[in-house]
Amino acid sequence: MQPEAADNRLIYFDNAATSWPKPAEVIEAMTHYSGRIGGSPGRSGHRRSLDAGRILLETREALAELFGIEDSLRIAFTKNATEALNIALLGLLHPGDHVITSSMEHNSVMRPLRFLETQGIQLSVVSCSGDGRLNPEDVRASIRPQTRLLVAAHASNVTGTIHPIAELGQIARDRGILFCLDAAQTAGALPIHIEKMAIDLLAFSGHKSLFGPQGTGGLYIREEVEKRLRPLMMGGTGSRSEFERQPDFMPDKYESGTPNTVGIAGLGAGVRFVLTEGVQAIRSREEMLTEQFLDGLASLKGVVVYGPPDAASRTAVVSFTIAGVSPSEAALEFDERFRILCRPGLHCAPAAHRTIGTFSQGTVRFGFGYFNKDEEISFALEAIRSLVAGD
Amino acid sequence: MREPQEFIVFLFPSVSYVLKAEKILKEQGIVHKLIPVPRHISSDCGVCLRVAVGQQERVAGVLQGRVDWERTVFL
Repeated sequence: MQPEAADNRLIYFDNAATSWPKPAEVIEAMTHYSGRIGGSPGRSGHRRSLDAGRILLETREALAELFGIEDSLRIAFTKNATEALNIALLGLLHPGDHVITSSMEHNSVMRPLRFLETQGIQLSVVSCSGDGRLNPEDVRASIRPQTRLLVAAHASNVTGTIHPIAELGQIARDRGILFCLDAAQTAGALPIHIEKMAIDLLAFSGHKSLFGPQGTGGLYIREEVEKRLRPLMMGGTGSRSEFERQPDFMPDKYESGTPNTVGIAGLGAGVRFVLTEGVQAIRSREEMLTEQFLDGLASLKGVVVYGPPDAASRTAVVSFTIAGVSPSEAALEFDERFRILCRPGLHCAPAAHRTIGTFSQGTVRFGFGYFNKDEEISFALEAIRSLVAGD
Repeated sequence: MREPQEFIVFLFPSVSYVLKAEKILKEQGIVHKLIPVPRHISSDCGVCLRVAVGQQERVAGVLQGRVDWERTVFL
């Protein structure tokens, strides 16, 4: 890969969608698998097949270490957090069940839930405040005898607002309700511990703060829960091949068909990078960048910032609007004039935009990452200043 | 000439389990080999873990509570 010329440099602020750049070892791991291994994991018994299987295991073990999971085989790989959430929601809920979620959720939660609503499942969407905060007491008040599941994002993909996950998990556990956490925005960026947060189902994406490639993600399923959780897909698993029934054990029950081994090789390297750097170090760095940006925006008239005012209450995601410039126009200006790449619009989360009052225009979203530099934030602030001034 | 040795195989639900067991045995320095499941034991197409008969209890001890196996069969 050729390094870009200095005058050709880009500022990548779309890390909340897909992180970039990736650590060099992620790309090396994928090249190594493609060039030197190449086999089908869990199928055949030859050395290349076993080596491919070992890549899956190493990745599972790294993820288990990151999330405080004792048995790594309780993690099933999926193609993204959306698939993981669909397995959890469509597989668990039956007509007559009641499910609780928040008004800040992404469509990866909202759309399966709205579909389930048409199938006789009752849904409560707990309203969040204008800066996206969820009050655990409102969740507690929504619990009914039929409540089976509480599902919530760890942090909003629109405002970055961090939900009080440990409290939510405890409320669910105290009432015998399962708790599903959507960690798409936070896996690798914020500490996550399945025991301390009482998480029963953990859906995560691999291509954001875990630094894996697109097409990777997974679902952790607490022991015994898999007995009540239908798989979304069935098929060949390489195990129990003499039976025509789907295996009922983890992770095979949810891993039909040949997996994305090349992607999972990259994901494993990404997770090991996170473990080596440390989630706390990554979090501190991202919080510093976010704080620098929020401080800079505070002195700019004509810019409205959404979400909590402090960097400590959010991930490295900042949604804002500029008076007189629509989010899509602003994003085009950022790209064409300043080579700043970001994401305008509704961010697949119409409910969240309704909550913060930005439906249907949406916002401009800057999603910072571990590899962004202080100078890039300063440059972006100058770019916004000139857009505000109408330059 | 090598001494004739008796072997026992540990059978697991799937390759993911075998490889997890393999990693544990490597950490413990226990001699082992992954082999295709012998046809007379099961029609499954997977692999299993072969160890010397004398190691059976030690292997069971280190795997216990960390990875589930289905059964053991003497070869």
